[in-house]
Amino acid sequence: MIIPQTPLMVVLLVILAPLFGALLCGIDRRITARAQGRIGPPILQAVYDTIKLLRKEPMLLNRVQIVYAYLHLAFMILAMLLLVFGQDSLMFLFVFAFSTLSLVLGGMCVRSPYSRIGSQREIMLMVAYEPILILLMIGFYLVNGHSFMLSAPMTAAKPMLLSLPLLFIGFLVVLAIKMQKSPFDIATSHHAHQEIVKGLTIEYSGPYLAILEIAHFYEMALLFFFIVLFWSSPVWVGIILASLSFFLMTVVDNAFARLTSMWIFKFMWTGALILAVTNVLWLYWASK
Amino acid sequence: MTDVPKFNKSPWVVHFNCNSCNGCDIEFLACLTPLYDLERFGILHVGNPKHADVLVVTGSVNHRNSRVLKNVYDQMPEPKVVVAMGVCASTGGIFADGYNVLGGVDKVIPVDVFVPGCPARPEAMIDGVLKGAQILEAKHSGKTPLAEKNVITRTPTPVAAPAAQEKGASHA
Repeated sequence: MIIPQTPLMVVLLVILAPLFGALLCGIDRRITARAQGRIGPPILQAVYDTIKLLRKEPMLLNRVQIVYAYLHLAFMILAMLLLVFGQDSLMFLFVFAFSTLSLVLGGMCVRSPYSRIGSQREIMLMVAYEPILILLMIGFYLVNGHSFMLSAPMTAAKPMLLSLPLLFIGFLVVLAIKMQKSPFDIATSHHAHQEIVKGLTIEYSGPYLAILEIAHFYEMALLFFFIVLFWSSPVWVGIILASLSFFLMTVVDNAFARLTSMWIFKFMWTGALILAVTNVLWLYWASK
Repeated sequence: MTDVPKFNKSPWVVHFNCNSCNGCDIEFLACLTPLYDLERFGILHVGNPKHADVLVVTGSVNHRNSRVLKNVYDQMPEPKVVVAMGVCASTGGIFADGYNVLGGVDKVIPVDVFVPGCPARPEAMIDGVLKGAQILEAKHSGKTPLAEKNVITRTPTPVAAPAAQEKGASHA
């Protein structure tokens, strides 16, 4: 499955991806509510929230903060497009990391201590998960005939999941971090489980908070597409795999309490990293 | 504005305890439980006034906390409404005669909805927040001057009784 790189496709993706991400968030909130014996909000609640935020009074502390919010959104859209159009995976990783970095800088450029602590924790999380993503790309390189292009697995005969099972488990942990799910929601967190007031996003309000929300929807769509890549031929298996992974994240979110940032760091640099390294070494020796 | 989802689809609530005995606070947190499930109306309990649309205040205002209450109110972006939760927040309650008590929340900030009760029942609280959410839309379109007329939500009786009627004008 190769997606044609036409301007129309870009416009379609830029419009539809956040809607898809919002839908994923809505379904997540509904499942969480049902797991707790509640009725839960409508599936489109995330869309309602975002439209409401866009209609609120703009309030900002300084202009730089807003520039970083827009950069976060712009780089997230770019990363999503790079992924869908099967571009260079290292470029994708870099753009994706810069998007998160913009969020961190936006949180750092205000004087609120909660925002600062949230940003520092986000940096800690980045340090924890980036090695896994780099190793994932190395595994990706070894599997796809020494190519870093993200379009390679879309045409491959053998699904990537079968060659990278341990890295996939590692990636699931990264997914939980990126989705701000318990036990990893230490930098900022979702509705109704507040962490250090609201962490990173505390000083954003109204339409500027909506920008961050929309960027989060793009991020959700991006992560979903990335899991599809693990089993992209036939693509419906990948979609089922991604749906199951997202469902697993909701279950994990409901089953676990939040843990400390140092615990996450230790966990990622021992458990997840050992899984990832084992997988890469195994691939390396198998290819010899 | 008919096709745009209204503010009442997702009123985010920040809760401020002025000087409350915690009775109203516990009842308000009970609204989040599966039995009452605030979230099904899109109502969220946020910890940050900068994200909130509705300020729920419990307890009476005194000289020390009036400044803090005003500060929290000022940090909320427009449109915003204030719900005075419980009889202390509405009038000062049994503390009204205290030497340090200023009275209800309306002595410091404009209040849109009063929810009397000691403590107010969760149903009345949800009703009060939803009434406030309807005022949000009116405020956004500039129809309602701030707290010109107040909406009073009556605490419903637990037994099967005729539906509680509203006193005062509704802005919906």
